[in-house]
Order: sequence, then structure tokens, then C-alpha cells
Amino acid sequence: MTGRTPPLHAVHEDVGAKFTDFGGWEMPVEFDSIRTEHAAVRESAGIFDVSHMGEIEVSGPDAETLLQRLTTNDVTALDPGQAQYAMITDEDGIVLDDTVVYNLPADRDADYLFIPNAGHDGQMYDRWVDHRDEWELDATVENRTDDYAMLALQGPEAEERLLDPVADGQRTAICDLSRFAAITATIAGVDCLVARTGYTGEDGFELIVPAAEVETVWNEFDCQPCGLGARDTLRIEMGFLLSGQDFDPEDNPRNPYEAGVGFTIKLDTEFVGRDALERVDAEGVEEKLTGFRLVDRGVPRQGYTVQDLDGEAIGSVTSGTMSPTLDKPIGLAYLPVEYRSPGVNVQVIVRGEPKKAQTQALPFLDR
Amino acid sequence: MSFEIPDDCRFLDSHEWARREDSTVRIGVSDFAQDELGDVVFVELPAEGDAVTAGEDFGVIESIKAVSDLYAPVSGTVVAVNDDLVDAPELVNEDPYGDGWMVDVEIDDESELDGLLSPDEYDDQIA
Repeated sequence: MTGRTPPLHAVHEDVGAKFTDFGGWEMPVEFDSIRTEHAAVRESAGIFDVSHMGEIEVSGPDAETLLQRLTTNDVTALDPGQAQYAMITDEDGIVLDDTVVYNLPADRDADYLFIPNAGHDGQMYDRWVDHRDEWELDATVENRTDDYAMLALQGPEAEERLLDPVADGQRTAICDLSRFAAITATIAGVDCLVARTGYTGEDGFELIVPAAEVETVWNEFDCQPCGLGARDTLRIEMGFLLSGQDFDPEDNPRNPYEAGVGFTIKLDTEFVGRDALERVDAEGVEEKLTGFRLVDRGVPRQGYTVQDLDGEAIGSVTSGTMSPTLDKPIGLAYLPVEYRSPGVNVQVIVRGEPKKAQTQALPFLDR
Repeated sequence: MSFEIPDDCRFLDSHEWARREDSTVRIGVSDFAQDELGDVVFVELPAEGDAVTAGEDFGVIESIKAVSDLYAPVSGTVVAVNDDLVDAPELVNEDPYGDGWMVDVEIDDESELDGLLSPDEYDDQIA
């Protein structure tokens, strides 16, 4: 696969960032050190280039209906300038991707926007177009992923850092933004969609910026640049899902109830997968995504086996790391529901050796 | 980016260094290696008295983002282990050729050191 690159690639290269392939994108994984970047976000502020995230705009008389039928949350509950977290599920209720759906502010060109994960934009564009045609809906669907860059400014000081370069008349509106609300704001002369959203557990904003002008916006923030490494440690501490890792329609098919995101399922709406999920909701699930921490020394990593104290395999690690904030090894694994309560002793096989571990409530960090 | 490569060390292509000190040989990982790994959080080392064999793994190093085997540049018997790394694994990042050393080995065959990469050869490899 030919790697896709974010518009800021050369800018990151110039400051010596390390890169990694993620979902077909060559993205900065580390600018300074994961610890430094992670601490900046928890204690002050950090800025991420997350231009690997997709942007698909949907407009027209039936745009709302199309999104309502293809995502699990209730799109009709969104006023312009509001967004919501949602799953995209198949007929069997298996999560294909997780996303944020925006009912865009009235001053934007398009009516709705949703954000598929890295490398999923093509597939989700096709899914939207195919269903629009099948259902004969009047809506336009545009994959704008290459037209936009996306930045995430995160941390307890994110708001004050964001306000500096914002046009005078717009500062109050940004301060007034509630969680999952969005407005168009002018940053260093560039019109950006600014949303109070993020993937770190801290206060913060995500900015959708025209690709051609993102360098101007990026350079405006005097802020610790952060890579995907810190993005991962921050989201694991919060128990946030990573598409393709904590669920994957091919390698680890899961429904939203198993993945702990049942709150995004609105069974009183019509969407692909609804009937299957209604049955799952009624019958309950056998496994759930469960947090654990390693009591012994070591770092749990994706694919490591989790077993009970008799040595019986009960699951495998989907995400794990050494938590920089807690200084403890933590991880996520789908385990039988009887292991769901915190404090249950289990073992994780680390390079052939069973290590003591204990289930723990999510999120790992109170925020 | 340039990395420190001390003149008095010799290297494995897997980025471990060996340095003659009086009667023993000290082993660690290079500046390049610690930078590649990022924040080191855990180092698993052999015990005093254990044998290590040139080219075979003798321990494990874990950073936040990766886990990697440690390979012995020389064969011999471990006579000292850097216990400071238990509570301060970040010493590997901060001072890979100094306080971040890993083990001291009494080596079986002095000539093994000559078979390792010279500083210049190692510099070429990571360039």
C-alpha cells in the first residue's frame, strides 16, 4: 500500500519526529518522548496531528435519515453545532467502526460530517453511497479526508492555548462550547471547525482545518507536539476503544455491548444492526471488555493470553501499556462477564511466564 | 540526528555495546537503541553467576511502545548486575553508556571482543 501522508508531514520531519504506519498513513508517533508528551496533556496541554482521521460530509434533504440508519446513536437529537459518539454496525450488530457524527453549524457548506477512523474513509464512503442508492435517499456524500487536516489540542490548559490566536469576537463562543459542541472559528485567519471533543479524557478541542492552511494553524500554537504513542497511552488510561484493535470486524468481531459502549445504542431508532442488538441487549453478553492491571512486573501487550488461576485461557489482551500517569502496567481484554467486577485475580502470559494481574474498573483514571 | 558512540565500546548489530573494564566486560545498549525504544519502563536481566552466550538473548528490555530481547555481545559469566535499573529503568535512556549499564561479565574468550563492530563500523550501520 502506498502510504498516505498528512499535510504537516514535512513540518514534523523538520523537528525530528519519529513516524509510524497507522491505517495506511505515515503519522508522527513520537516528537520528544511518550512520557513527556503524555504528561503535557495531563498537566498542561499538548497538540496532536490526527489528520489520519477521515472526514465524510453528508448533505441534502435525506442526510439526517441516511446517518440515522447507518449509525447507532440518535442523529435526530442533534441540533446544528452538536455532535455525538456513535458506532457503525453491520446487520449482525458487529461494530465496523466508531465515529463522531456532527450536525454542522449553519455557516458550514455541508449539513453533516462524520469521522471514520484511519484508513476506513474509503470503505465508509462506499457504505454510505451504496445505502443511499439502495434506499433511494436524496443526499450527497463526499469523502473530504484529503481536503482537511485534523488537529487535537488537549489538556487542562487547552482552552487558554486555543483562545490566543482566535479572532476577538469568537472567544466567548469558544469558552461557552459544551462537550461535543462545535462552531466555526477563525484561527490565525483560517476558518476551522472547532469542537469540544477528544480522545484523552482531558478537556480539549478538535480542529478540522483546510489542508492547505493547516501549517499556519499548527504554527500558531506554542504547545507540546504529541504523537500517536502518547495518544495511545492517554486513551488506554481512559479505557477508550481503538478501532481495529479493541474491535475489528475481521479479527475480533464485537458488538457494542461487549465493547462497553452500549450507551451509544438507541434501540428506539432505526439503523442497520438494530434488531440484532435488541436481541443482544435482551439476552445479555458473555464477554465484556474489562480493564486489568498487572501486579507483577512487565507490560501487557496486544495478543497476550489472559488466564484464570487454574491456567485456563479466558481471553486475550486487546490493548496494553505502562500507564505513564499511574506508573502501573494496565490493559484491556474481553473476559467472561464473571470477571467484570474489579479486584478479581487473573494471570497474563508475558513471554511464556504467567504474571499476576487483577481486574480493575474503567476508566483507570478518574476524570 | 546524531547518536553518541564512545570510542572505547564495541557493538553488536542488534545495538548492544561491550566495553572492557579492568578484569570484566560491561554490557549495555547503545544511545541509538534507547532512542529507538523510547521511554524504557522495565529491564529483565540475568542473575549473578548466570552464563551468557555471545549472540544469544540474555534479557529483555521493555519501553512504553515496544519489547525487545537483549543479545549478549560476548560469552561468559555474569559477575555484576545493575540493580539500579529495577527502580530506575529510565537510566537506560538518560545515560546508556554510564549509569544505564546492564551487566558485567567475566568473559571466556578475550578474542570475542575483536569480532564485534568497531565504533566506526557501528556508526555506518546506524547511519
